[in-house]
Amino acid sequence: MNGAALSDWLVVAPLVLGLVGSGLCAVFWWRPLAQTIIGFATTIAMTVTAAMLFARVLAGGPQVMAMGNWPAPFGIVFAADTLGAGMALLTALVGVLTLIYSMGDQSEDFRRAGYTPLLLAMLAGVTGAFLTGDIFNLYVWFEVLLIGSFGLLVLGGRKDQLEGALKYAVLNLLATTIFLIATGLLYGLVGTLNMADIAVKVAAVENRGLVNAIAALYLMAFGMKAAAFPLFFWLPASYHTPQPGVSAIFGGLLTKVGVYALIRTFTLIFPLDGGIFNDLFMWIAAATILFGGMGALVQTDLRRLVAFTVVGGIGYMLVGLALTTHAALSGGLFYMLHSVLISTGLFMAVGVAGRIGGAFDTSVLAGIYRATPAFAAIFLLGAFVVSGIPPLSGFWPKVVLVQASIAAGQPWLAAAVLTGGFLTLLAVSKAFALAFWRDSEAPLPVPETSPRAFASLMGPTAVIIVMAAMLGMFAEPAARIASAAAEELLRPAAYVAAVLGDGA
Amino acid sequence: MSSLILRTAVPLLVSLMVVFSIFVLFRGHNLPGGGFVGGLIAASGLAVYMIASGPAAVRRALIIHPIGVAGIGILAAALSGVLALFVGGPYLTGLWWLPDNIDIKIVATPVIFDIGVYLTVVGSVAAIALELEEWR
Amino acid sequence: MEPLFAIVIGIMFAITVFLFLSRSFVRIVLGIFMLSNATHLLIFTAGRLTFESPPLIPYDQSVPIEAIANPLPQALILTAIVISFALFAFVLILTYRAYQELGTVDVDEMNASEPRAAASEEAAE
Repeated sequence: MNGAALSDWLVVAPLVLGLVGSGLCAVFWWRPLAQTIIGFATTIAMTVTAAMLFARVLAGGPQVMAMGNWPAPFGIVFAADTLGAGMALLTALVGVLTLIYSMGDQSEDFRRAGYTPLLLAMLAGVTGAFLTGDIFNLYVWFEVLLIGSFGLLVLGGRKDQLEGALKYAVLNLLATTIFLIATGLLYGLVGTLNMADIAVKVAAVENRGLVNAIAALYLMAFGMKAAAFPLFFWLPASYHTPQPGVSAIFGGLLTKVGVYALIRTFTLIFPLDGGIFNDLFMWIAAATILFGGMGALVQTDLRRLVAFTVVGGIGYMLVGLALTTHAALSGGLFYMLHSVLISTGLFMAVGVAGRIGGAFDTSVLAGIYRATPAFAAIFLLGAFVVSGIPPLSGFWPKVVLVQASIAAGQPWLAAAVLTGGFLTLLAVSKAFALAFWRDSEAPLPVPETSPRAFASLMGPTAVIIVMAAMLGMFAEPAARIASAAAEELLRPAAYVAAVLGDGA
Repeated sequence: MSSLILRTAVPLLVSLMVVFSIFVLFRGHNLPGGGFVGGLIAASGLAVYMIASGPAAVRRALIIHPIGVAGIGILAAALSGVLALFVGGPYLTGLWWLPDNIDIKIVATPVIFDIGVYLTVVGSVAAIALELEEWR
Repeated sequence: MEPLFAIVIGIMFAITVFLFLSRSFVRIVLGIFMLSNATHLLIFTAGRLTFESPPLIPYDQSVPIEAIANPLPQALILTAIVISFALFAFVLILTYRAYQELGTVDVDEMNASEPRAAASEEAAE
């Protein structure tokens, strides 16, 4: 085995940086300032390395590194393709913005309780999940990000937080255990854990019933993680409880890890071939979209409203996977990019709104437009982006998905996509009318936030929502990247060859 | 707990457990044992110490915050793999220092990794135990 | 041996389901513990059972001379045990804290994070 060039290290660099940063922060446990500096240094370095990795993948196809020089399929392999590297880049970017946001959001007490090391550990876990090429290793990264997210969820220790964290913890532990069961059975069936090698061997297994049963277990585990119908109830029960900055990164990233795992398993290991799983995915996708939209419509708490739009967004990505055509999958992936940005942005914006108005419930919250028109404009932009008003970024992937559904002979799925967008629009405009447009009866409470903290809340909120909006105005490059990623996923031969070497 | 027997026996017991945990840690290089088991033994030692002398004594004995101990462990484990960068191998490639005239096989990156695991386990289990004890 | 293990695992999963159906949160947490143990046993069995042949290679050999037990499932289980140990400890502490704060472990009474519509309207008035 020849050695690895320096450039190959890019595959693990974002992950190792995250781990090292998290460890360093833990060493400086009682020094919140040092932790913040380490946090910024780490996330910025992660962003730079992930961007370099992404550029390399775009230019030269999947990049692979075998841990400890143990060749695949025996050792653990890290493999970055367009989807994985792109998601790693988004993770690091959202991490930087969340850190800026939490400068104003997290009080000194939370920082002392370990906010930054937990955040970095979670980012490392998410990055690891996106980059690993080994299914058991994927389980390990799921657990790493789970431990980080548990810690973040209970920071502050309010009643509703502890309770939300309990629901989150139990359901996510159940999901990862089902994932582990499926992995154990899969190992018993094919005797390997490397995803590329599994893909080759599963295709040759004759007992299709067992393969389908394992696939169903994976569907359940990852569907729960992704908050897909009917297993999404834990998300609106817990995502609104922590500090808004934490909600933002949860809503932006964690469910996408589940969707990523679904896409990876059901394109590489159990490729969808128009059988029962396609139908199942279509129903799940449509139901997720509709329940997400309807749930958002009835919420009065702004944070729970946004949580339901996150659930609805998962449905659109699953539509792309369910149809398994190139156009649909690239639409779904484009939506994933859009959803990471706008979910984070909306949770951040809701946090700011709560800061200004002193409440999150639209039965109380009012008059924000009069107080700060500029922020109201940003929130409105975000609301339009998430509900898919042309030419903003929610619009293009939906067009692609509607076209693809009709082309695949499933017009009802197109109807679900359109209805979902309509429901989301209704929900967010109702929220805007009540919380922003309506005049407050009582004068707004004077916020305790210092102007500097307020700027660090507003800055990343504005940046990420404008980024999401610009994504729609200049959709061409993003669509091209999504299309390339979909192409790679639907023809996994290049990925398999890159992991197993050219002889396989 | 203020039992005289316990308080007399504990210093001996705890020092034995910690020494044994380090033995298990290094034994794990070629035989059953290793960082996780060793870390658990050391953490049980600390727990016994906590029962006898209270959580404040354990915090003093650890010198730095238990999470800091775990952090050093994570750092050691993560950075032990980075050493491979300087010889051109992939991440986590095992490197050994094998001098010709002495029979020594434990100066190696897997050992650093294992020490990292040991410290992580000691730190995090101690943190959990202290947290539980101090709530009461 | 495998059928016996399969039955044992099945019983453990059945106990898990029974515990999960309980309204007491402590039982649900115990159910998680039982579930992870059942899963470890399942991975062990899925890796094929061999009798009295530890995966050890004699000192002067570089490959095993006879059929040995599969060491990989054991490594997987060890990893999974470590992880589930950490998570279980966390959930246990969390349950204890939640019990202190909420004063109950009955899941029906846990609705601070999702107040019922009527309750929140009353609060608003």
